[in-house]
Amino acid sequence: MSASPAIAVDRLVKRYKTATAVAGISFALAPGSITALLGGNGAGKTTTIAMVLGLVEPTAGSVSVLGAEMPRERYRVLGRMNFESPYVEMPRRLTVRQNLGVFGRLYGVADLAGRIAALAAELDLTEFIDRETGKLSSGQRTRVGLAKALINEPEVLLLDEPTASLDPDTADWVRAHLDRYRQRRGATILLASHNMVEVERLCDRVIMMRRGTIVDDGAPAELLARYGRDTLEEVFLDVARGRGEVREAAQ
Amino acid sequence: MSRFLVISPSRVGAMVLRYSYLLRSSWPRLLDLVYWPAVQMLMWGFLQLYLTQNAGFFARAGGTFIGALLLWDILFRGQLGFSVSFLEEMWSRNLANLMISPLRPVEFVLALMIMSVVRLAIGVIPVSVLAIAFFGFNLWGLGLALAAFFANLLLTSWAVGIFVSGLLVRNGLGAENMAWTIMFILLPLTCVYYPVAVLPHWLQHVAWALPPTYVFEGMRALLIDHVFRADLMVEALALNVVFFLAGAAAFMGLLKSARRSGALMQGGE
Repeated sequence: MSASPAIAVDRLVKRYKTATAVAGISFALAPGSITALLGGNGAGKTTTIAMVLGLVEPTAGSVSVLGAEMPRERYRVLGRMNFESPYVEMPRRLTVRQNLGVFGRLYGVADLAGRIAALAAELDLTEFIDRETGKLSSGQRTRVGLAKALINEPEVLLLDEPTASLDPDTADWVRAHLDRYRQRRGATILLASHNMVEVERLCDRVIMMRRGTIVDDGAPAELLARYGRDTLEEVFLDVARGRGEVREAAQ
Repeated sequence: MSRFLVISPSRVGAMVLRYSYLLRSSWPRLLDLVYWPAVQMLMWGFLQLYLTQNAGFFARAGGTFIGALLLWDILFRGQLGFSVSFLEEMWSRNLANLMISPLRPVEFVLALMIMSVVRLAIGVIPVSVLAIAFFGFNLWGLGLALAAFFANLLLTSWAVGIFVSGLLVRNGLGAENMAWTIMFILLPLTCVYYPVAVLPHWLQHVAWALPPTYVFEGMRALLIDHVFRADLMVEALALNVVFFLAGAAAFMGLLKSARRSGALMQGGE
């Protein structure tokens, strides 16, 4: 890896009062790469993403994004990043255009009307762009969330289960769009997901987490070979149930 | 400290635009801003009318109840306008989106202050006109004194609003009731409807530590004795500066604590 990493995480720890969510993980993501954080519930994926975004302060260790230490230097880079999650919503009483307009202004987007029109065309929002966001279907809302996440054409895009609650067709469409965006913009994408198809299709690297630690890390093909499995879902189950360690010990 | 003071008018404008869209999209929200102040003004106004017809002192003190009520509404609605705009972000689960955007806390607070004035204007201007129509009490006739009263009350309402927003960031919607009720502790202590001298001696010290007390005493001096007490306004302003800085410091501390506890990630729930 010759270029500086877009995201560098070093011995990162997050302890809450009674639990350790992230227990000393390290990884670096190359610019233009797309990486999945894979793991079961409580593995520490969302907390890791929140620390990368500067929403949560680490207990120990460090996170840097585009060379800025998070959360201390976050205002240097927040304008070059963005985030989408079905669990974070946008004001429901505002229309899609109004919401995108507000976020476009917050991110200082030049030619905002043109950018909104381009996003509406790319993400197929034109039909409901002047409808209240709260009156859209969950699939439409996810596309609007994605439009918000792309409004500033971020260099670093973080996604938390980007296709959760979408039908297979819409989910596939969203994945294709993310891939095109990454290729066009050269953006670095880090996503947390439970969806193995999504991870296999999109990602060039998978970081597998369990109980706040990284238990494996590699390209999807490498992981399949290492665990002797045909699908990432089987690998995921091995890791989630601790069978990976058993297999390693046996070998 | 300087990094907190970088202000982008465009980002402040974006947030004001966001709240104005919300107000424009909902007539019940607009009606709510006028409804309760109007009901209270009518109730207190008729009570005062009754008293002035039946007691010599109240005949001399014409307008003090309605004046106190309108000024109290500036204090109460100013804080509520600030806090409700902040609550809108939590109700819509939008806070995390704002916290990961380039919007800085000082810009967010400025937008909430502007919205507090907008919401206050929507509520108080029609009610002050009703006060003229029903009871002949012209709040605007107080002139420069009104500007001094207004500025001091608004500063206190913002200081309290900033503090409540910090509580909401740190504790989520569990602290929502504080937004609606925190001001009521000031109702007896700041002597809205009676002079400070009525309070027990020890409680008078507490009352004089609160900026709105000076405003309500100043209003009574103006309406009863026809004297504008500039000294009271200056003292209120000095206390307000302390309150505002304390509110801002508490907000920044609570925001930092929310970043540590993971509360921002939970979107306010």
